[in-house]
Amino acid sequence: MVTKEAKLKKNYLDKDVEMISTREGFGQGLVELGEKNEQIVVLCADLTDSTKTSPFRERFPERFIQVGIAEQNMANIAVGLSLQGKIPFLATYAVFSPGRNWDQIRISGCYNRANVKYAGAHSGLSVGPDGATHQALEDIALTRVLPRMTVLVPCDAEETRKVTHAAADINGPVYFRYARAATAAFTTAQTPFKIGRAQVFRDGDDVAIIGAGPIVHTALVVADRLVEKNISCRVINSPSIKPLDGETIERAARECKALVTCEEHQVTGGLGGAIAEYTSKTFPVPINFIGMQDSFGESGQPNELLKKYKMDAEAIEAAVLAVVKRKRT
Amino acid sequence: MKRLTELKDLRRMASTLRQDVIEMLVEAKSGHAAGALDLADIAAALYFNVLENFGPQEITNPDRDRLYISCGHTNPIWYAAMARSGFFPVEELKTLRKFGSRLQGHLERGSVPGIESSAASLGQGLSISCGSAYAAFIDQQRYQTYCVLSDGELDEGSVWEAVGFAGHYRLQHLTAIIDRNNIQIDGFTEDVMTKEPIDQKFEAFGWHVIDVDGHNIEHVIDACREAKAIIEKPVCIIAHTIAGKGVDYMEFDYRWHGAPPGGAETERAPKPEEQGKAALKQLRTLHGKIDNSDCC
Ligand SMILES: Cc1ncc(C[n+]2csc(CCOP(=O)(O)OP(=O)(O)O)c2C)c(N)n1
Ligand SMILES: [Mg+2]
Repeated sequence: MVTKEAKLKKNYLDKDVEMISTREGFGQGLVELGEKNEQIVVLCADLTDSTKTSPFRERFPERFIQVGIAEQNMANIAVGLSLQGKIPFLATYAVFSPGRNWDQIRISGCYNRANVKYAGAHSGLSVGPDGATHQALEDIALTRVLPRMTVLVPCDAEETRKVTHAAADINGPVYFRYARAATAAFTTAQTPFKIGRAQVFRDGDDVAIIGAGPIVHTALVVADRLVEKNISCRVINSPSIKPLDGETIERAARECKALVTCEEHQVTGGLGGAIAEYTSKTFPVPINFIGMQDSFGESGQPNELLKKYKMDAEAIEAAVLAVVKRKRT
Repeated sequence: MKRLTELKDLRRMASTLRQDVIEMLVEAKSGHAAGALDLADIAAALYFNVLENFGPQEITNPDRDRLYISCGHTNPIWYAAMARSGFFPVEELKTLRKFGSRLQGHLERGSVPGIESSAASLGQGLSISCGSAYAAFIDQQRYQTYCVLSDGELDEGSVWEAVGFAGHYRLQHLTAIIDRNNIQIDGFTEDVMTKEPIDQKFEAFGWHVIDVDGHNIEHVIDACREAKAIIEKPVCIIAHTIAGKGVDYMEFDYRWHGAPPGGAETERAPKPEEQGKAALKQLRTLHGKIDNSDCC
C-alpha cells in the first residue's frame, strides 16, 4: 500500500491523473526563487523557451543572461558570478551540459567548490523525435563521478520545483536533470523531499523497486498490478543520487532481498550503478537494472521508445518477476 | 550521378527540394523548417553541380569530395538532396523522425549511405572538416572538403579553434559555407550574441572570404569554383540567405527555426492546419520569387 508519509495524490494511479512536464516545475521554481533571493541569476545558451528559463527571463530580465550557443563559456561565466556571491542556475539540454562542458564543470565548478547549479533539460529517452543526439542518457554518470557534486533527479513537476529550491539552499555545485515530455504529476506539496533522502512511496516486502525520475510513476503502476500475482513490491523514490540514501536502500535490500532499479539513463553509472556499489558493500542482493542497455536511442514517440528500450511497465514487471526468481532463500 | 549544368534545371531542383522539405516536415509533425528551406539553393548547387566524384556509386571512392554538415538540425534539406540524387528512395523521405526510420531527427552516419558524419551538437563539423583536409594533405589527395555551418554555430568556441587551426596550417582544399540567415533559436543572431564582422574575423585567422547571395545558385557555384582555385589558404563562403526562404509566412521569422509547417502560431501564418498546404502553394505560386531569375 502507498505509505501515508508519501502524501501522493489520491488519484495517482487513475488515467485522469494530471500530466505536466518536469520542466514546468523548474520554470515555476526558478521564478519563486528569484522572488525570494536577489542573488539568483539564470544563464541560458539559446534555448530559453525549451529549458523553461523564459518565465524567469520575463520576470527578472536584469538577472537573466543570454550567452549564445556557448555551453563551455556559460559554465565558467557562472563560476565567475558565483565567486562574487551570486547563485547562478545555468540551463541547456543535458546532452550539452554536462555533455559539452564537463571539464569546466569538473575543475572550475567542483574543484573550486563553486556555488553553481547545473540544470540539465531534455534528459532521458522520452525527448522523442529529435533522436539519439538529443537524448541525454549519460548525464547522471558524468556528474555522479565528480567529487563535491550533488546530483538530483526529480520524479514529477512538483518535485522538480522542490529540487530547484533545494539546490539553491545548499552551498556548492549541484546538478539536476529534468525532462520535456508531459508525465504524471502524482506527488503533492506535502510529499517530503530532502537532499540525501529517499522516500518509500509504497510498502512491500518481496521486491523493492528503486527509481529516479518520472519512471517512478510507472513503478507504482507495476507494483499495483503485481498485487494480483501475489507479489508485494516496495517502491522507493530516490531523487538524491548523490548523496545516496544508503540507509533506506540497505533496509530495502535486507527486508526485500531483491531490487529493481529504474531510470531513463544508461544502466551503467546512474542510479542503478550507485545502488549496486552501495549494496555490494553493505548487503548484496540480486538486482535487475531497468534503463538503457549500452546503446544510443533513436527518433520516435516517447511511448514507442520506452517500449522498445524496455523502460515501460511491461519491462519493469518482467524485471521484477525475474529478480524474484534470483532471490537467495 | 547526373550533374545538372543548366541553371533552370538547378533552380527547378531547388524548388523540388523545398517541396520535399515541407512535405517531410508536415508528415513528421516536428523538425526544423527555416534553415532547411533557406539552404535549398546551396544544397542543389552542391549535390547537383559542385561536388565531384560524388554520388551513390562513389561513397567509398577515396577521391570523392567530402561534404560535412555541421548544423545537423537542417537535415531535411540534406535528406531531400540525398534522395533526389539517388542515395535512397524518395518515398523514404516521409518516414523522417518516425520510429524505426533510417531518417533520424538529426543526421546519423551509417543510417543511410552518403552521410559523412553524424551531426546535431553544434560547432563540431568544422573541426572534423579540418581533419579531413589535413588527411588529404598527408596523403597528397586532391579532394575538396566542404563544411556547411549555420550562423548560430559561430557562438561556439570550438568553431574558432577550428578556424584558427585551418588558418595556422593554411589548409588547402577546405571550403566552409556559412548559412548567414540571421536567426537562431532565441532571436535574431545579433540580438542573441554578436557574430559580425564574420568576414574580418575569418580573414584575421588567415582565411579567404567570399560573400555570396545564398539564393543565387549561379553565384554559389561560382564562389565554390573560386574557392577551389585558391590553394594557398582555406576559404569561407558567407552565404547570405533569408531564413525560411520560399514560404512567405516563415521568411525572416526566427520562430520557424524549430517548427514544421503546422507547428507554430504566428501573425503572418494561416491556421496551423492550413500551414502545410499554404506553404506548398506559396512555393508554387511564388516560383519567380524563389527562382531568382531576375537577379542572374
Ligand atoms: C552544442 C549545441 N548547443 C545547443 C544546441 C541546440 N540548438 C539547436 S539549433 C540551435 C541554434 C539555431 O541557430 P542556427 O544554427 O543558426 O539555426 P537556423 O535556425 O538558422 O537553422 C541551437 C541552440 C545544439 N544543437 N548544439
Ligand atoms: Mg541561423
